[in-house]
Amino acid sequence: MTPEIGLTQTSRHARHGSNIGQPLTRRDGILKVRGEAPYAADQHPAGMLHAVLAVSTIARGRVTFLDVNAAKSHPGVVDVMTPAHKPPLAEDPDAKTNPFMFRMELLQNDAVRYAYQPIAVVIAETLEAATEGAALLAPTYEIQPARVGLDSNDSFVPPAVGVGHPAVIERGDVEAGLASASKRIEAIYETPAQYHNAMEPHAIVAAWDGDALSIDTPTQGLAMAQGRIAGLFGLSADKIHIRSPFLGGGFGSKGLISGPQILGIMAARLVGKPVKLVFRREQMYGPVGHRAPTRQRLRVGADGEGRLAALDHHAKITSSSFDDFFEPAADASHTLYASPAIRSSHEAVRVDTGTPLFMRAPGEATGSIALESAIDEMASACGIDPLDFRLKNYAEVEPISGKPFSSKALRQCYAQGAERFGWSKRPPAPRQMRDEAGFLVGWGMGTATFPALMFQGAARAVVRSDGSGVMETGAHDMGQGAWTALAQIAADGLGLDLDRVEFRSGTSDLPDAGIAGGSAHTATAGMAIHNAGAAVIAKLADLATSDQRSPLFGAGNAGVIARDGRLFRRDDETRGDSYVDILTRAGLTEIEARGTGTANPAAQADYAMHAHGAVFVEVKVDPDLGQVRVTRAVGAFAAGRIINPRLVRSQLFGGMIWGVSFALHEEAVIDRRSGRIMNPNLAEYHVPVNADVPSLDVLLVDEHDPHVNALGIKGVGEIGVTGSAGAVANAVWHATGVRVRRFPIRIDDLVVGHQ
Amino acid sequence: MKTFDYVRPASVSDAVAAATEPGAAYLAAGTNLLDLMKGGITRPDRLVDITRVPGLDRIEPMPDGGLRIGALVRNADLAHDAEFARSYPSVAEALLSGASAQLRNAATVGGNLLQRTRCAYFYDTASACNKREPGSGCDARIGENRLHAVLGWSDACIATHPSDFAVPLVALDAVVEIAGKTGRREVALEDFHRLPGDTPERESVLEPGELLVALRLPAEARGFSAHARYLKVRERTSYAFAVVSAAAALRIENGAIRDARLALGGVAAKPWRARSAEKLLEGQRPDAASFRRAAEAALADAKPSGDNEFKIELAQRVLVRALLLALAGTPKRVPALPASPFSSPAGAFA
Amino acid sequence: MNHSISLTVNGVRRDIELDDPRVTLLDLLRERLHLTGTKKGCDRGQCGACTILIDGRRINSCLTLAVSHDGADILTIEGVARGDQLHPLQAAFIAHDGLQCGFCTPGQIMSAIGLINEGQAGDDPERIREAMSGNLCRCGAYSGITEAVLDVQNSLAEANQRRSA
Repeated sequence: MTPEIGLTQTSRHARHGSNIGQPLTRRDGILKVRGEAPYAADQHPAGMLHAVLAVSTIARGRVTFLDVNAAKSHPGVVDVMTPAHKPPLAEDPDAKTNPFMFRMELLQNDAVRYAYQPIAVVIAETLEAATEGAALLAPTYEIQPARVGLDSNDSFVPPAVGVGHPAVIERGDVEAGLASASKRIEAIYETPAQYHNAMEPHAIVAAWDGDALSIDTPTQGLAMAQGRIAGLFGLSADKIHIRSPFLGGGFGSKGLISGPQILGIMAARLVGKPVKLVFRREQMYGPVGHRAPTRQRLRVGADGEGRLAALDHHAKITSSSFDDFFEPAADASHTLYASPAIRSSHEAVRVDTGTPLFMRAPGEATGSIALESAIDEMASACGIDPLDFRLKNYAEVEPISGKPFSSKALRQCYAQGAERFGWSKRPPAPRQMRDEAGFLVGWGMGTATFPALMFQGAARAVVRSDGSGVMETGAHDMGQGAWTALAQIAADGLGLDLDRVEFRSGTSDLPDAGIAGGSAHTATAGMAIHNAGAAVIAKLADLATSDQRSPLFGAGNAGVIARDGRLFRRDDETRGDSYVDILTRAGLTEIEARGTGTANPAAQADYAMHAHGAVFVEVKVDPDLGQVRVTRAVGAFAAGRIINPRLVRSQLFGGMIWGVSFALHEEAVIDRRSGRIMNPNLAEYHVPVNADVPSLDVLLVDEHDPHVNALGIKGVGEIGVTGSAGAVANAVWHATGVRVRRFPIRIDDLVVGHQ
Repeated sequence: MKTFDYVRPASVSDAVAAATEPGAAYLAAGTNLLDLMKGGITRPDRLVDITRVPGLDRIEPMPDGGLRIGALVRNADLAHDAEFARSYPSVAEALLSGASAQLRNAATVGGNLLQRTRCAYFYDTASACNKREPGSGCDARIGENRLHAVLGWSDACIATHPSDFAVPLVALDAVVEIAGKTGRREVALEDFHRLPGDTPERESVLEPGELLVALRLPAEARGFSAHARYLKVRERTSYAFAVVSAAAALRIENGAIRDARLALGGVAAKPWRARSAEKLLEGQRPDAASFRRAAEAALADAKPSGDNEFKIELAQRVLVRALLLALAGTPKRVPALPASPFSSPAGAFA
Repeated sequence: MNHSISLTVNGVRRDIELDDPRVTLLDLLRERLHLTGTKKGCDRGQCGACTILIDGRRINSCLTLAVSHDGADILTIEGVARGDQLHPLQAAFIAHDGLQCGFCTPGQIMSAIGLINEGQAGDDPERIREAMSGNLCRCGAYSGITEAVLDVQNSLAEANQRRSA
């Protein structure tokens, strides 16, 4: 059903020394450029039927009628799955027994709680028949008024924001700090609902064989998906085999398996045949999460020298009517600027929407654009250059906790980024620069930050008597480059050249690599691999050092190092033994060991752990027409050990483009009465196109972190979004003198703005 | 998508005969029609595929010096036709500003002119839309209407026409040729699209079964080729519909404007010819002040149909800029970012 | 009613009995011919993931009916490499890391081949960016994509120069 998933293609480069740190090209690149990388929707097992979702056109109410007969009488339609006709589930899809378990709509009743919610599934012999069958259902509804927007319902203080963070935190006395400040600003910033819009629509191909279930579906969390499916269908996890070797982008939307993916499995059970269910693009605007809209109020006070006296960050956010996810936007103010008094607080409003969830830099991105705008406004109010202002308020310890940083090369990021950009030539006042054609030119900056997280992961390492190695971990490659970067760590961990290592990944039968999220995957899975490698090398060393025939006999386990398929005495590298000889003498065809990767709680208690960066952006703005174009962007980032600089630069470029998109493009337009999203497509939900992306420059700033983990990895998947969005907004202000506080910045803001 | 009969006539008369029944639709490239069918906005019973009808894909010079463009000529082919681009540069610029290279490679000239609005409420079959379902109402009127019409709209419909191509064509007095059961007729493009009034479902003067077979540009329109530009403001640099666009063409003699042609896009249910503004410019010195007066005249009757008052001011500024660009002269080659404010030559504004 | 069409796909003639005129060229390739390298990102001509070449021109295969292409010559991503020998654009995409998740990549490469065929962009990065704007990449690999196309354009120009010298 799936082609060989383990990548054994050799890379085409010379390698010098360690694999880690080498800018190898993507090992999966050849498959991808040939169109041979298997994504879920590319599968077609024998006898497969097509399933198409029918989704609600109202945001709140219930379905009163579905014309199932009309759908069924369409040629090719095999069955219609509805609340009245569906296979049983072992678990209530509205049950919530842990915070990572989100409620989903699996036709458990006729209720509609958001627009684009699945209300039926049509299964047919062809995609064309299933699609038309879904249209023929022509549902009727009992409609209740939709609650739309931040002012449509009573607000409340959520029990927690993000993943278990307190909704309100105060350190120092913010009101006293503001009262004592000689400069104060108060500003309100608004950010819209945003949707991940990975290029690959969510898809599932599910096939049952008795009570065994075989699935192709993109997921950022194989083990969690497997566990969720096991619970819903009352299966033991080992009966469920999931393949997710390639995700066509995820950005958080594929972190948790979504309701419609489960519906695909139910459909396969219903008809007793393999079923493929692929979302239509508009169906990605409901059940797979989104970035919640926010309204953030920042109050900032500074003394006469431009030192912060108080920072108060309040965020009003939406969540769904039926589940709890609260975008931790105000937490963005915890770590960056040294203020004696800091408060973050959140209030939430329940609206008729799919539950918001993690979207690339959840909380950090929304909070960052507001914080970086406010800092820029304050710098201007104090008459201080924005970079100087940030340096003046540089946090030597984490402001909210008082903990030292495990490492923090932000000063170097500021310096190197500013130097590359030419920041020192920036005139302080806005609307001072024009290019030769007459466009307004503006320069803005923002500070980037993202926590260095780790989850829990495991890996299995094997060394074979032919001198090759295997590393297994169920990691996820959604474009960040896990197939390459983790294989590099594996090769070093096994003391082998990369082309002697078979790296197996992307399926649920492998050790759980932890979720690919929180920018933590390389650190988590990487540490599991590193430890599995160390464990198998230790076993080899045991064999060798206790074998009288080995040149290493008596060296002691800790006295050897592994390199190029051999163990060497640490104190005498002329004495070595090959893996082949060690295993052959021992009569073993292979030797294996396991390792885990997880955060060190002691280090976490002692240190604040974050990646940092500084982003500098130039925009040009048409002085009359208000159209904005980013022309130049430089990002300097310090994120601990860089496993593969080529891939890391790409990740950071991508994040910076998301920042541009946040500031200038993306917005779900929600009809204020119906609660329907009016641009659920890629024509009017604007993400940047190639022509929007200027010359981008990423600098990787050296940073050695002895505390985050043994490999020193902090993660780079999300940090690029932070800082960048604010830098664009600040550059627009610098170009035009117009401070836009509702994002994305629109032509109207700038046309009306300077009349 | 509903099932349909698929027929592929071999001549215009066969096509017209095949499309006479209610529920029939002509299919050319399908870049708009298939999109509408997938969305359930249009559900034809029969598709009359005209792509094999001979003779509709030619670009032919006319004896009177004009140019005749078959309805099946692909947008990209027309834009890249050297003689065409030399003679009607603002039209080429507009063509290259629409959609993407892939869509321009497929989409036809006739299809471009007949494309339907991008109004979200028209596209969203759960919304009330008089254009899609006559008499159902207009949810856009009280909905998210930041980008809707400011000219020529009615309470029944505030949608705009999305074509870039049609804007300079209207300015340059293009004519369309129409074939029907009773023979052929011609209509000025300016009169081809209809304003909504009480019947927004009728978007053009085409009668059921009639086929747009060709487009003609008059010889006289070549007289503007030295000073003809199209300018499009949009929410990303490329691959987006216009917020507002403008075509401006000038004939300048002895430092004065001899003749001006102006049209706006993205402001009304049809490409909007600004005749009153043209008149104001005739005989004037071409400068920012006269351009501004003309722009004000062009938008004199504009009124917001919702949260879109900014478009009235923006349209005036776009028109002024288009005139300034036209005055500065047609570039030798279509700029890298066609019709974008960011492709302006140095000194075109200040 | 069945419709018989004949297509040349990646150099191979395929005679196809279509039992349904609704089948788009994209769905024909993916679901019936099992040529799944061409991707469906939006199915509405808004993303470019389904870009293929018909008679040498790049188009969105999602917005055209298979039945209307009888006799067409189609090139998809599966037909681009010569055995193990990658097309220069394929190699350049890898070298410049013009891809991340890879889902838009077949469409990007087909679009770039079409662009080079069109001969409109040359070695001007601004023109390449504009001409490649019909292919969305949500990962944000645009810099690498532009560099890859530029790289191949430049080598073509050099090769042409050498030939004419």
